[in-house]
Amino acid sequence: MIPAPFSYARPTTVEEALQAIAEGGEDVKVLAGGQSLIPVMRLRLAAPETVVDLGRVDGLRGVRDDGDAIVIGAMTTHSDVLSDPLIAEHAPLIAEATGTVADRQVRHRGTFGGALVHADPAGDLPAVALALDAEFVIVGPGGRRTVPAAEFFVDYLTTAVEEGELLVEVRVPKLAGSWGMRYEKFNRVAQAWSIVAVAAVVRRENGRIAEARVGLTNMGPTPLRARQVEEALAGAEATAEAVAAAAERAAEGTEPSSDLNAQADYRQHLATVLTRRAVTAAAGL
Amino acid sequence: MTPITVRVDGAAYTDDVEPRTLLVHYLREQVGKVGTVVGCDTSNCGACTVHLDGEAVKSCTVLAVQADGCEVTTIEGVGQDGLHPVQKAFHEMHGLQCGYCTPGMIMASIDLLQDNPDPSDDEVREGIEGNLCRCTGYQNIVRAVRSAAAEMRGGGDGNGHVSPAVVDTAAAPHVAVQA
Repeated sequence: MIPAPFSYARPTTVEEALQAIAEGGEDVKVLAGGQSLIPVMRLRLAAPETVVDLGRVDGLRGVRDDGDAIVIGAMTTHSDVLSDPLIAEHAPLIAEATGTVADRQVRHRGTFGGALVHADPAGDLPAVALALDAEFVIVGPGGRRTVPAAEFFVDYLTTAVEEGELLVEVRVPKLAGSWGMRYEKFNRVAQAWSIVAVAAVVRRENGRIAEARVGLTNMGPTPLRARQVEEALAGAEATAEAVAAAAERAAEGTEPSSDLNAQADYRQHLATVLTRRAVTAAAGL
Repeated sequence: MTPITVRVDGAAYTDDVEPRTLLVHYLREQVGKVGTVVGCDTSNCGACTVHLDGEAVKSCTVLAVQADGCEVTTIEGVGQDGLHPVQKAFHEMHGLQCGYCTPGMIMASIDLLQDNPDPSDDEVREGIEGNLCRCTGYQNIVRAVRSAAAEMRGGGDGNGHVSPAVVDTAAAPHVAVQA
């Protein structure tokens, strides 16, 4: 299995990349780590006219401290995310979820930004970005814009990144106060894709849950926030009973798919169980 | 065609490749490194694992042009002076049955041991989760990786004293005991 022929561009700066995308013709694909794109090209599910390889755009790699946020370059690999001290300090949820992505080989090549732009419903990072209220910095011919996570994931495999544009970095706000985080995932042992997973971020204050954010993986074509759970938890006593009662609402309003791994009603059941576990752990209970 | 320059197992190669050429096909068909095999062709099985600038990757999911300027190590290059300790351990612990997954298993294991020189059984299993053995010979593969780890650490701490699996003939009476 080999990909169909394509023209290949290997820019070294974001400006060169945008130019290569603009000049690439009708069907241009941006190659980050290639761990999703190359398989679909091999299967000829994608046969782009031009591939723009960001592998040499060094400015897109790495994590930096930007005061009230940490900024993760789109081409930072999953392996680099796992060993990054800023992520470990300010957003350990990202490292926890990244550690469950695929396997060591794939994590060496696959990138943080690539996984988010690919926006696979079973991918782990979109729900995490949503739970952390991350912001996506996109550049294009029209300049630079910032899109909140709540508006970034538009549909199945579709994000707010338009044709001709590029995701360059993701800003993750630093959280003030006493926060706990947890990613709970259910998957087949031999396949790391999530059947369902839940990202929970919880702030505790004086024995109560002051604020909770819950992101759901693979409970629809895009990642979702479990708003009913979040509302039920806001101000609730930090007890196992209160968390369990709130978690019962995790699947409300969701329309997950049915496939070989799970029927929709089973996914909804999983969402409630995993939400209870994730919130319980994030709340330190 | 795109020109690339790659170091493979210590030797420099400059070749013209089509951009769509997969690294594994370049290694096997142009460089002649047929020790690296193609298993599933869908990034699941890890049989094609090589090291790209020192890190394990699935060479069926890397384009040859992406390796331009990089250092590639295949199974043929790990044991420059005889067998690599991981190769030796797979031999001694019988960490293979049909052997097809073995090149990838060894490359993934070397990569794991670079990060974790003393993995537990569970850490070995997690660390090589990207490699499938269709013969399901995992017990001895795990033993081989731990034995190699002990040897590479210098041994002597007791963790290295593992033996190949012993067939329990009481549980499987149809298996003849070989003298």
